[in-house]
Amino acid sequence: MTTNMTTLAPSASEKFTQRALPFILFALLLIVIPFIGVSRGTLTLFNHIGINIVFALSYNMLLGRAGLLSFGHAVYLGLGGYFCVHILNWIADADGSGFWGNVPVFSLPIFGFAMGALAGAIIGWPSCRRAGTAFAMISLGVAELMSTAAFMFDSLFGGEMGISGDRMSGPKFFGLSMGPIEQVYYFIAFWTLVGTVAMYAFTRTPLGRLSEATRDNAERVQFIGYDPTRVRYLVFIFAGAFAGMAGGMSAVQDEIFTPDSLSLIPSGAILIATYIGGIRFFAGPIFGAILMTYMGSNLSDYTAGWLLYLGLMFISVVLFVPDGIAGLVFGFWRGIRSPGRYALIGKWITQILGLALVATSVIVVVEVAYRWSDGYGDVFAPFGFDLPHNGALTWVIGTLPLLAGILILRRVKRTESEA
Amino acid sequence: METIVFSLLNGMIYGLLLFMLSSGLTLIFSMMGILNFAHASFYMLGAYFAYTIMGVTNFWLALFLAPVLAGGVGMLVERWGLRRVHVNGHVAELLFTFGLAYLIDEVVRIIWGRNAVNYKVPEALDFTLFTLYGSNYPAYRIFILFVAVFMLVSLWYLLKRTRIGLIIQAALTHPHMVGHLGHNVPLVFMSVFGAGCALAGLAGVIGGNYFITDPAMAVQMGPIVFVVVVVGGLGSLEGAFLAAMLIGILQTSAVSINASFSDIFGFLGLTASSELGRITVAQLAPTLPFLLLVLVLIARPRGLMGEREV
Repeated sequence: MTTNMTTLAPSASEKFTQRALPFILFALLLIVIPFIGVSRGTLTLFNHIGINIVFALSYNMLLGRAGLLSFGHAVYLGLGGYFCVHILNWIADADGSGFWGNVPVFSLPIFGFAMGALAGAIIGWPSCRRAGTAFAMISLGVAELMSTAAFMFDSLFGGEMGISGDRMSGPKFFGLSMGPIEQVYYFIAFWTLVGTVAMYAFTRTPLGRLSEATRDNAERVQFIGYDPTRVRYLVFIFAGAFAGMAGGMSAVQDEIFTPDSLSLIPSGAILIATYIGGIRFFAGPIFGAILMTYMGSNLSDYTAGWLLYLGLMFISVVLFVPDGIAGLVFGFWRGIRSPGRYALIGKWITQILGLALVATSVIVVVEVAYRWSDGYGDVFAPFGFDLPHNGALTWVIGTLPLLAGILILRRVKRTESEA
Repeated sequence: METIVFSLLNGMIYGLLLFMLSSGLTLIFSMMGILNFAHASFYMLGAYFAYTIMGVTNFWLALFLAPVLAGGVGMLVERWGLRRVHVNGHVAELLFTFGLAYLIDEVVRIIWGRNAVNYKVPEALDFTLFTLYGSNYPAYRIFILFVAVFMLVSLWYLLKRTRIGLIIQAALTHPHMVGHLGHNVPLVFMSVFGAGCALAGLAGVIGGNYFITDPAMAVQMGPIVFVVVVVGGLGSLEGAFLAAMLIGILQTSAVSINASFSDIFGFLGLTASSELGRITVAQLAPTLPFLLLVLVLIARPRGLMGEREV
């Protein structure tokens, strides 16, 4: 039997809609955002989202593509970022003369990229000899080592205060002084797009393909003549490089880096963001980065328990939705175009109802618990209902919807597995 | 001499505490292939449970009940959480415990507050046992030593000399065969997970008032316990013991050495005014376990006593 390979390959229009169109739309979106009249605070949020998109995508090169679980990816962002803050100061000191005097601040992510790659090449060499759990533990150890050691070298890392710079120094690039937040936005948008396209292109290279093969079966990769350790090492360097690039973007946006940026906390945050977004899809980390950055900056204004919600959300994703937000989004997109869409929509509505019931109880319990714990005597009063910690109504709302919601969700799942 | 004796004694106690934590982690790892990221959270739970129980009754009841409670929480986690994610592979399991650590941290903050609680050494043990080189040595430290050693000996006896231990060891390597022989392997897994968490809880009961009981104690202890397990060789109890003692003594002695790099490497021309020369050995102490981890993994990737490449 002969199969005509040309009929299996995607047609030119399919290639366009699947590979080029999403990026064109993404670029248009990035350009349009400042014109819809957003406030300075929102632009700052968008800048942080852009940084985290690049960071999360670089993290997914390891976790999703190469199957390497790292607990220390912030090290590369931090080192790239620190290098760029130093460069900011060198540019300011050079005052227009010499090499640094001619470097525009706009190009900083390139230096961050190089520094991240260098750090990845040095640290990756001992870590990438192992995969799986051992790799995860080594990355954890390296992150702790770096963040504790950073406090010893004040001239490099600036101690507790960190190191700060001034993004307005140096030559202008296309008339951008980098002072106003709009200009920083375009800087971030440009590099976010560059990073996203470059990392997508990376997945299409032989190395990107091999990294996925190594994740799935390292032994077979060895059989066909490639060295899995080498593949992991190379991917690790690229992942570090793109994280360093995000660091360079962050150095310009925030103009400061502290040793805490190397620690386990930002590494854990990006792990959570990437996983919630969905590690099996290229776009997953983008969704995750947008949601987590938004939650991190806004949810903390509404509730003291946002870290708890974050943890609950992460655990629920690990337990019930291993494909993350991207899995949900693409599943919805596929379902809505399939012939059985009406049955599916019915199922989704039931599931959303169940989830809403569970969420109601969880929110009530968490909010009441935090107010009880604070001891200020605050009472959680949503929509005018008083819900004190010792009120009967509180306990009814805290338990009954939860049970009802769980029952509904289980029922949906059972009918699904029967069908 | 004085410093050496004290460092050795304190280092040994710290090392034994580390081993209590890492023995549970090692057991769980070698049985289920899960590195329980939330292990140190159970250590913290043990300390907080003991604090609460001690407030109601006394320390001795807490010493018994708090680990049991921590173990119970662990069993629930295994039954309703880990067993579900098991189908999604080891990375999902590790991530689940990672999220769990976050949750336990926050829940502890809700229940017991953000600041350290006043979990004190019981009065019956709060006296000077002996005087060494003119310094008083508290009895509680020796008590920790005894509890740890007692626990270790019973663990060793349970695993190596009893029928239960035999089944556990068999389930480590041949879970299917053990299942075919009529043993309830999931129950064995759940019990081992619970027992590991109970051990961590016990370490928390006796370590919580030796150090400090606050919501950050899990985050501080966690990474060091992982270092112990990896340096010792994943899955090896003997290795974990060696590594725990090594790190315990290393870290405790380093804290008591005030010499700076310029004192040690002065012959290389390192001056006290340079940044590198100013660093003292005591300052270096928190980085030592991680330095050791990286060095060991470069020289010997399977750890000190590890039998297999993991």
